[in-house]
Amino acid sequence: MPGLITMDDLSNEEIMSILDDAERLLPVAEGRTYLPLLQGKILGNLFFEPSTRTRMSFETAMKRLGGDVVNLGDVKTSSVVKGETLYDTIQMVDGYTDIIAMRHPRQGAAQYAQDAASVPILNGGDGAGHHPTQTMLDLFTIRQAHGTLEGLKVILAGDLRYGRTVHSLSHALTRFGCELIFASPELLKMPTEIVNDLTKHGANVTETEELLGSIADADVVYMTRIQKERFADEDEYTKVAGAYKLNASNLEGAKENMIIMHPLPRVDEIHPSVDGTRHARYFQQAFNGVVARMALLCRLLGIKVPETIADGGEA
Amino acid sequence: MAQEHNMRRVTAIRNGTVIDHIPSGHAMRVLEMLAVDKSTSVPVSMVMNVPSKKMGTKDIIKVEDRELNQDELNRLALVAPDARVAIIRAYSVAEKMTIELGDEVTNVVRCTFSNCITTNPREPLAHRLKVMSREPLELRCHYCGRPQDLEELIHNLL
Repeated sequence: MPGLITMDDLSNEEIMSILDDAERLLPVAEGRTYLPLLQGKILGNLFFEPSTRTRMSFETAMKRLGGDVVNLGDVKTSSVVKGETLYDTIQMVDGYTDIIAMRHPRQGAAQYAQDAASVPILNGGDGAGHHPTQTMLDLFTIRQAHGTLEGLKVILAGDLRYGRTVHSLSHALTRFGCELIFASPELLKMPTEIVNDLTKHGANVTETEELLGSIADADVVYMTRIQKERFADEDEYTKVAGAYKLNASNLEGAKENMIIMHPLPRVDEIHPSVDGTRHARYFQQAFNGVVARMALLCRLLGIKVPETIADGGEA
Repeated sequence: MAQEHNMRRVTAIRNGTVIDHIPSGHAMRVLEMLAVDKSTSVPVSMVMNVPSKKMGTKDIIKVEDRELNQDELNRLALVAPDARVAIIRAYSVAEKMTIELGDEVTNVVRCTFSNCITTNPREPLAHRLKVMSREPLELRCHYCGRPQDLEELIHNLL
């Protein structure tokens, strides 16, 4: 059974239908309703590199639906350190589990694992490649705030060069006809081949080094962390990174329903003064990782999410 | 006439394979891709940069006493997609073959991206490049999705 390796594995209709499932699962994700749709199913969590939110939210999603989780544990103490191939690891875990969530430092690892496995693979990030479950929770968060994904104006800001999150999201938003504004320092611009690819698919893209001037018209501001180690020296970093920081006063002219998102962890690109504003959506976004992954687990395991789910008690 | 003259640069072979219309300068690569070297111990003749009506100049290879099969020839699609191949038996053309580039190039070359999962030589699954376009030739790794630089790819022959 196929898994989710890139967003290309899902049509726009499938994306919307999975987001609909996720919306109905909210009371289950929040722990108000008990709905053991995945009882008897086991998720294998294979994280070959560190992850906090992705790994924990997969685990939470599985457990909220009555399923169970086995973990690879620390790579340093697993058979991987003894030189086991990914192929062999997958063969083993494939036998133990019904579905696998995986993050791996090598690009293409998720597709490779899917070709080796009989159970579905959920790609939780492969090198600088794809991170489709993050994109699904991002889309869920945007639709939750705006009621639609169509035709929104979205600013993606910060490190657009190395962030797989913003690459996957840009592709997905293009499919829904969103206008994209890429605000980043020259050094961390969106890679040209991605911009070309987006344009080829009909995207309306503007590239700028100026973040604050674009905020007034935006429906979504998607912030990312600029990493110090990308710069030659600390002075350069301080000078550049300063232009991609938000505080509450920057948001005064913003649209009422504009939302600020961030894949987290943040360092200082969003000042805590933003947290209390109506625009802040990053913690909600992190929570949405649970509900989006619940819907994906059900879909890939072939379990239908009921059309109505009671809010509270046993569904 | 030019054609006959070219062919006479090396003697006709009794049995074997003639590969004609190889882009100029690519004959060595073709031999490398077919793993024709000292260890195969069959006579090989090669002419390079000879005039061609169709191509301007071209290379030609004759491998004696060996009939290359379609799978072997398809490996050449990356460097000589328009090559024409003749199987020779008793000095006559017994069979004509063309190189076919399918939808995928499997186990011919390794992906050029240094962080692709397939760079671990112990990983056992096939090396697979998807053919995205034929004219111009555009290949992407089935696993990591990276577009492949054709010049670089030649150095990654398996």
